[in-house]
Amino acid sequence: MQVNSEWKPTIVAFCCNWCSYAGADLSGTNRLSYPANVRIIRIPCSCRLNPMFILRAFQRGADGVILCGCHPGDCRYTTGNYYARRRMTLLFSMLDYLGIERARTRVEWVSAAEGAKFAATMNDFVQTVTALGENRRLEDLRCKA
Amino acid sequence: MNRDLTQTVARIAGVNPRACMRCGKCTGACPAYDEMEYHPHQFVSMVETGRIDELLRSKGIYTCLSCFACIERCPRQVEPARLIEAVRVLAERKQGADHLRPQDIPARLDPDMPQQAITSALRKYRR
Amino acid sequence: MQRIGVFVCWCGTNIAATVDVQAVSDALAKEPGVVLSANYQYMCSQTGQDLIETAIREHALTGVVICSCSPRMHEQTFRKTVARAGLNPYLLEIANIREQCSWIHKDRAQATEKAIILGRAAIAKVQLNTPLQAGQSPVTKRALVIGGGIAGIQTALDIAEAGFAVDIVEKQPTIGGKMTQLDKTFPTLDCAACILTPKMVDCAQNEKIRIFSYSEVEAVSGFVGSFRVTIRKKARYVREDVCTGCGLCTEKCPQKKVPNAFNLGLDTRRAIYIPFAQAVPKVAVIDADYCSMLKNGKCGVCAKVCAAGAIDYTQKDELVECEYGAIVAATGYNPIDLSGYDEFAYSRSPDVVSSLEFERLMNAAGPTGGTLLRPSDKTHPKTIVFVQCVGSRCSAEGKGKTYCSKICCMYTAKHAMLCREKYPDTDVYVFYIDVRTPGKNFDEFYRRAVEEYGVHYIKGMVGKVSPEGGKLKVQASDLLDGRQLHIDADMVVLAAAIEPDKSARPLATMLTASMDTNDFFTEAHPKLRPVESPTAGVFLSGCCQGPKDIPETVAQASAAASKVIGLLSKDSIVCNPCVAQPDELMCNGCSSCEKVCPYGAITYLDKEFRGPNRTTLLRRVAQVNPAVCQGCGACTVACPSGAMDLKGFSNRQIMAEVDAICR
Repeated sequence: MQVNSEWKPTIVAFCCNWCSYAGADLSGTNRLSYPANVRIIRIPCSCRLNPMFILRAFQRGADGVILCGCHPGDCRYTTGNYYARRRMTLLFSMLDYLGIERARTRVEWVSAAEGAKFAATMNDFVQTVTALGENRRLEDLRCKA
Repeated sequence: MNRDLTQTVARIAGVNPRACMRCGKCTGACPAYDEMEYHPHQFVSMVETGRIDELLRSKGIYTCLSCFACIERCPRQVEPARLIEAVRVLAERKQGADHLRPQDIPARLDPDMPQQAITSALRKYRR
Repeated sequence: MQRIGVFVCWCGTNIAATVDVQAVSDALAKEPGVVLSANYQYMCSQTGQDLIETAIREHALTGVVICSCSPRMHEQTFRKTVARAGLNPYLLEIANIREQCSWIHKDRAQATEKAIILGRAAIAKVQLNTPLQAGQSPVTKRALVIGGGIAGIQTALDIAEAGFAVDIVEKQPTIGGKMTQLDKTFPTLDCAACILTPKMVDCAQNEKIRIFSYSEVEAVSGFVGSFRVTIRKKARYVREDVCTGCGLCTEKCPQKKVPNAFNLGLDTRRAIYIPFAQAVPKVAVIDADYCSMLKNGKCGVCAKVCAAGAIDYTQKDELVECEYGAIVAATGYNPIDLSGYDEFAYSRSPDVVSSLEFERLMNAAGPTGGTLLRPSDKTHPKTIVFVQCVGSRCSAEGKGKTYCSKICCMYTAKHAMLCREKYPDTDVYVFYIDVRTPGKNFDEFYRRAVEEYGVHYIKGMVGKVSPEGGKLKVQASDLLDGRQLHIDADMVVLAAAIEPDKSARPLATMLTASMDTNDFFTEAHPKLRPVESPTAGVFLSGCCQGPKDIPETVAQASAAASKVIGLLSKDSIVCNPCVAQPDELMCNGCSSCEKVCPYGAITYLDKEFRGPNRTTLLRRVAQVNPAVCQGCGACTVACPSGAMDLKGFSNRQIMAEVDAICR
């Protein structure tokens, strides 16, 4: 695969409303920068994330998808992030089967107070995905028309 | 005032002298207080402010018993005895080269040898 | 056809400095369905809101997208704006181009591009928004206060004062908490009992207040406005309604060797006891661990002497279930266990005491009747050494707490002052690291201890205490004089750090309230919402939120009460309309969603459906209670047939956002 230095991956970040979205806001308030190709979608809880959404993102050309939720035990809805953790584990094994690189998807726990962690996580994730290059395996090329 | 030396000492000791909150519990606990020209809490602040050359010239670093009472009591994990140890190691290194290898120690062991020298040697070569 | 209005906010220069707002509004104007795209300096200002309102009316908008700061900041503001213009407030979406765009990116081109993409995602989502109606949920006009110390008492009294019913749950046999054990209070030196016991009596006499003493919270379910709480009333083996509190049983009980917890084990009590003379309720309790009647069925003295016939050895724990609109946590603190502090010889010498023990030794109702005597030989101590910061401000693992316990400087000054006042022939030394006296009249109080009462304040720490020949040899540093001190003390008093009560963590789990690493409850906002927990309907009072002295505790208790009153004065609260909704035609009644719902919001109903040939079929379908559903969405993913969806965050809406972002 040719590596184009100009190429920037498209990263979709799903953030739970109570912890990680607030954490993302906090990294903004503290002016901690991370690459502009990270785009955040707000969901009420990490357990709202249907694995289908991740597949859809890959299908539509996303190069990496990250899910951020409250730390285990701190879920606003008590157990939501445990469900998410389990579902993601299952999804990851399916993505493995499909041959999608494991590093393209990630689950991170970021609390509302961890603005710095959010920025660091995003920087690291973008770096990882950039190194992996473009996602082509799941991309639906008809969408590119 | 020598910032580099401060960092070197802190690195050898593996502790952060800046965490010291000047409570003086180390000095309160020190059994060799009367023998030392600089006392444990002063020691920490001298390392922190970079007055290491003075420490290197002081006899106090060798009168420390390495009893580790201050390490045991320190509430801030500054552990003055480790810093003292680090300054001793620094003094040794300044003498040029390493004189002692760990494997040489058993042969040199002597019942009269101060325990401080053994711990010092072990600590020096552990890293 | 949708008619969508897009409004891009400059936020002064906060957004406009890194995002080309004109370019954003121009680009978004070309999106399908967008009929209007405007930008303005401050959308949240009155003029900005008017702009939105007028645009909605003039262009008959069916959806609004605002590109501005985080929805956590102004979503509510703009929802109200939209509603004023006659549009359903949930036909609004916010693209976060400040916190998640302009503030983090420095490159103008990149930031502008990202802002456009975020705007597109919001437009794609708002196309699929549906009008939502927020439901109402009733508020039970009764509050629960967990903990009956000064914090709980003050909160309960204030709530009752406003006319609402309050229950206090206290795990000890009496309310009053730690303050009952104190002698005098700083900085005015009025006696703790004199100011506290009238409040305790007020609680008992207030008809709005119910006291569950010797009880603990067993389980909590429900949500703001209607919590269901199970309270375990522990068996006290004395009928609360019959006992007159005469105390005869506590004099006749033959089991005399029970350590008296109220005096911290400094003396003994009987197996049947009333914690102290002013206890509320003044009802005896049998200590089941020591009572020989309960242990091996022999004795029964208390039942024989009780004229009221209140003793009931067969009593069992009783579970009471009640409904509450709001819950206040006031679980308080405890001094830390000092047995690990070997250097201070706390476990080796009875003359090394904690400050709370010292408080009992000074108290007129204490084990020594208010005369300061050494626990070991009952003599007057002539030299007393106070050690501050024992276990506080300690970062070393397992050696103590990282925080400052806040109250120790002041109570140590008080103890030292009282010692010198009562016994002018004693030498009093206080070893301090820093003296922290922020508080009204606090520094003056500390200075008085030094200047008028001649307490020796020494900057330094005690390194070692060793009991030798009836004396306590104290070795310490004097950092200002640069010397090591050796003091032969008669008594050493340790200002132990305080920690949250052990019951707080299980309680936090029951309440789904969050805690910090030190087990203090976290507040909803450290500055602006200091008495609310992030969980709606749960409030915080006193030391369970952080170390506090009495004036601060009382202030916070009243603040918590005012928040509770504000909640209880509403007849109903507006619910979150973004709740789960099943599609009955797709639901196959498999119960997957019911199993994952943390709130028990999903039930099943056998419903009739039209079958072929004019038959009716009975099918089991899921039903969501919108007042109970909190909108987490766990069920939407669990549903194998895709029947469950979340209003406001539907599958189609999120996928539309994904598509817009990846386009």
